[in-house]
Amino acid sequence: MTSPSLASRGVTSGPAAFPVVNDFSIQVATVNGSGSQTANLVLLRSLFQSGVPVSGKNLFPSNIAGLPTWFTIRACRHGYVGRKKGTDILVAMNPETAHEDVLGLDPGAVVVYDEPLRLNALRDDLVFYAVPFDKLVAPVCPDAKLRKLVRNMIYDGVLAKLLGIELEEVDRALDRQLAKKPKALALNQAALRAGFDYAAANLEKRDPFVAERMQATSGRILVDGNAAAAIGAMMAGVTVVTWYPITPSSSLCETLATYMRRYRMDPETGKATFAVVQAEDELSALGMALGAGWMGARSMTATSGPGISLMAEFTGLGYYAEVPAVIFDVQRVGPSTGLPTRTAQGDILSTAFLSHGDTRHPMLLPSSPREIYEMAIAAFDLAERLQTPVFVMSDLDLGMNTWMSEPFPYPDAPMDRGKRLTPETLAALGEWGRYRDVDGDGIPYRTVAGDGLPPYFCRGSGHNDRAQYSERPGDYVANIDRIDRKFQHARTLVPPPVVERVEGARVGVIGYGTSHWAIVESRDQLREEAGLDTSYLRLRAFPFGPELEAFVAAHDRVYVVEQNRDGQMASLVTLDLDAALAPRVRRVLHYDGLPVDARTITDEILRQEAAAHQEARR
Amino acid sequence: MTTTSSSAPAPGRKVNRIGLELAAYRGGKSTLCAGCGHNAISERIVEACYEMGVESERVIKLSGIGCSSKSPAYFLGQAHGFNAVHGRMPSVATGATLANHRMLAMGVSGDGDTGAIGIGQFVHLMRRNVPMIYIVENNGCYGLTKGQLSPTADLGSTLKNGVVNDLPPVDLCALAMDLGASFVARSFSGDKKQMLSLLKAAIAHRGTAMLDILSPCVTFNDHEGSTKSYSYVKDHEEPLEEISFVPFFEEISIDYEPGTVRAVTLHDGSKLLLKKLAGDYDPGNKAMARRVIHESAARGEFPTGLIYVDPTRPDFLALLNLVDQPLAELPAGRTRPPREALDAINDALR
Repeated sequence: MTSPSLASRGVTSGPAAFPVVNDFSIQVATVNGSGSQTANLVLLRSLFQSGVPVSGKNLFPSNIAGLPTWFTIRACRHGYVGRKKGTDILVAMNPETAHEDVLGLDPGAVVVYDEPLRLNALRDDLVFYAVPFDKLVAPVCPDAKLRKLVRNMIYDGVLAKLLGIELEEVDRALDRQLAKKPKALALNQAALRAGFDYAAANLEKRDPFVAERMQATSGRILVDGNAAAAIGAMMAGVTVVTWYPITPSSSLCETLATYMRRYRMDPETGKATFAVVQAEDELSALGMALGAGWMGARSMTATSGPGISLMAEFTGLGYYAEVPAVIFDVQRVGPSTGLPTRTAQGDILSTAFLSHGDTRHPMLLPSSPREIYEMAIAAFDLAERLQTPVFVMSDLDLGMNTWMSEPFPYPDAPMDRGKRLTPETLAALGEWGRYRDVDGDGIPYRTVAGDGLPPYFCRGSGHNDRAQYSERPGDYVANIDRIDRKFQHARTLVPPPVVERVEGARVGVIGYGTSHWAIVESRDQLREEAGLDTSYLRLRAFPFGPELEAFVAAHDRVYVVEQNRDGQMASLVTLDLDAALAPRVRRVLHYDGLPVDARTITDEILRQEAAAHQEARR
Repeated sequence: MTTTSSSAPAPGRKVNRIGLELAAYRGGKSTLCAGCGHNAISERIVEACYEMGVESERVIKLSGIGCSSKSPAYFLGQAHGFNAVHGRMPSVATGATLANHRMLAMGVSGDGDTGAIGIGQFVHLMRRNVPMIYIVENNGCYGLTKGQLSPTADLGSTLKNGVVNDLPPVDLCALAMDLGASFVARSFSGDKKQMLSLLKAAIAHRGTAMLDILSPCVTFNDHEGSTKSYSYVKDHEEPLEEISFVPFFEEISIDYEPGTVRAVTLHDGSKLLLKKLAGDYDPGNKAMARRVIHESAARGEFPTGLIYVDPTRPDFLALLNLVDQPLAELPAGRTRPPREALDAINDALR
């Protein structure tokens, strides 16, 4: 499928007639383990420092070294940070994939390639720039063993020259990246310069893409979602972190441990105000988190789909025994091992109802680093307020990719530690029952070991409102119905959706999580290219609030955009709606492992709109 | 409800050093079969806690699923309890001790709960040396699902319906010792004196105290042909030593012959006195302990007593360098970093 913006650029020779300013995507194709990450982040950061809105996405294999990997950088003066379909500038460093990468480009695209690959023979409708990487790296890096790592910096120099990125900004970004490694810094500086000088002396600008300084990134930070979640968890006062390594969530707990060692050591004693434990598996990770939550600690774990599957039984226990815990699910492509390094929103339905019997779990749906930071804090409050496991549904795109973000605001609200029995409450109540609803919100008062208040026996088997073992039908129904009341009450506690109603729009879009960024761009495309106005509701949590049904009722058709095959959120939405509204819910799905892009959404909504109008005419 | 330690005993009643009667340590009425070995174990736990003057409200009792795992409801009614999922009590107990290291954690499991579905968590609990007492009420069968063979059933033991076990058993003591548990003991539910001494020592120990207690199942596994029946265990039990335990708060006065007694000092200063029956058996010698276990097993015998102890191995929590105040009780001022910290984090990401 051809992107219109690319098709209009048929520039093949001579200086570009129509410069395309700050609106391009760069794809760097390398072999993983070749040290390209530094060069890619430096390039990304140089644009960011120049005030140009950027996003960086790493498309990598499930492998440590030797398989193809692609890093894409999108610069966009309009501020769109979703993945752009199609590549404008390819940096072809990987001989294995170079041919396929070049053949997949749209006409007019740019190829910076390693000269011996002779890619210019493949097509005559692209702009080719040959760079003799090996010849350039040899003089700047006498140690042959290091050349593989340093040669990547040469393409940063070439691109800086070709795109017009100020060399000082690239230098500054490089300084920042390698400040602690002076030897590596010097080598990379030399390589950067070699690339820049080579391009200046040998490459004539024949493409339209230009980077120009803007003022659109001031005050912002660059961060990945896993780090943002980690910072949020630390600010939420988490004390017990138990986890098991799994891509793409591992860096969440690893980053958290690093921050905690820095900011959560007791200043007087130098001792830790936290415990981070790598468990033997995800069952154990959640078991530990629940054990700590039962004892009154703020506890969490982080995982991905396969771990969620393993946590099912314990989640049911947490739900029924009413024990708080926070679970971050950094979703990836399933089922089974699936595509472990690719992104999806594929755990929505299974997590909403995780475990056997009647269960339902609150889920928070962050779309940005800032939001996952705030939701991490909210999740700990909710878990203790609702006395239940709470899930924060991130994904690989948010968790592992680099995003621009507003800085993280300090949490001014005090922590909500939920309904803990106190001697005063006990005196007021007269008799306390661990699972007795005295306030009408379905949430009982709890005690924890060591607080000196009455103990209870916590169990996943049938119990009455005094936490005594019971198989009586009446006790079971009363208890499970009360837990449902608690869940209904949660509708008023979780973050409400963000609703943008457009006057006169008959079509609505519903999205959540990282799909948001492509939806923002798609709605502009729909309006500008097809004259279709759309309203938008971005879900931020399950259970849903009343805004959802009102939104669906106000539109003829509502497209739920998500990154899975089966329209999992659309199903969840439909279950929640009045049955008469269900036919209005349509599905726009993307599930190939790449982050969804705006063009895919736009095309699919227009296709379904055309079909709907045809249907109406018939 | 009041805390147990504050209730004054009636005059003339027998009380322990914190002024409590034995009855204060009991729990709910057992729903296990009459004559079940597990009930005897619960009774010994009650006695051990009474004699040690344990404050029930400083105890957490945990279990998995199965007949054995029901028993925490039958002792220490004033302690918080957690009946977890099948085979996963170790992780819940680990998390609980992380949250509050001041509590005495006491876990009760069974041979299926530990040796089959829960073997992974058991392995890692032992490896970590999490400070807790881990009791396996071992009857070689699944009682609650009506008598299926468990992984500790001996080779050749038979079910009531004639099915013969043709797989070798898992020896939980050997396993626990190899993995790093710092206190490994075996006893028999019918041996009141030995079990009581071992339980009291386990309470004083800091680290994982694993007690494998043979506890015949009167309903499904107490018959001719079962190596976990009362009569078989009685005939084949082979005590390694006579055990006496002196808590830290009591004077040591022993009637053992000097030279045959070895005293092991535990974490809190208590002493475990071992009168050797089996030659030069040394519970501090892992290689010897291993040999005795394997040689006895080959003879169809169960060595009982303190098989292995290392009071010096640091427990899991000690390795984590935690603040003294339990993590669960830290106020927000100590768990939420100040504004300057977040400013520094933001600045580093600009």
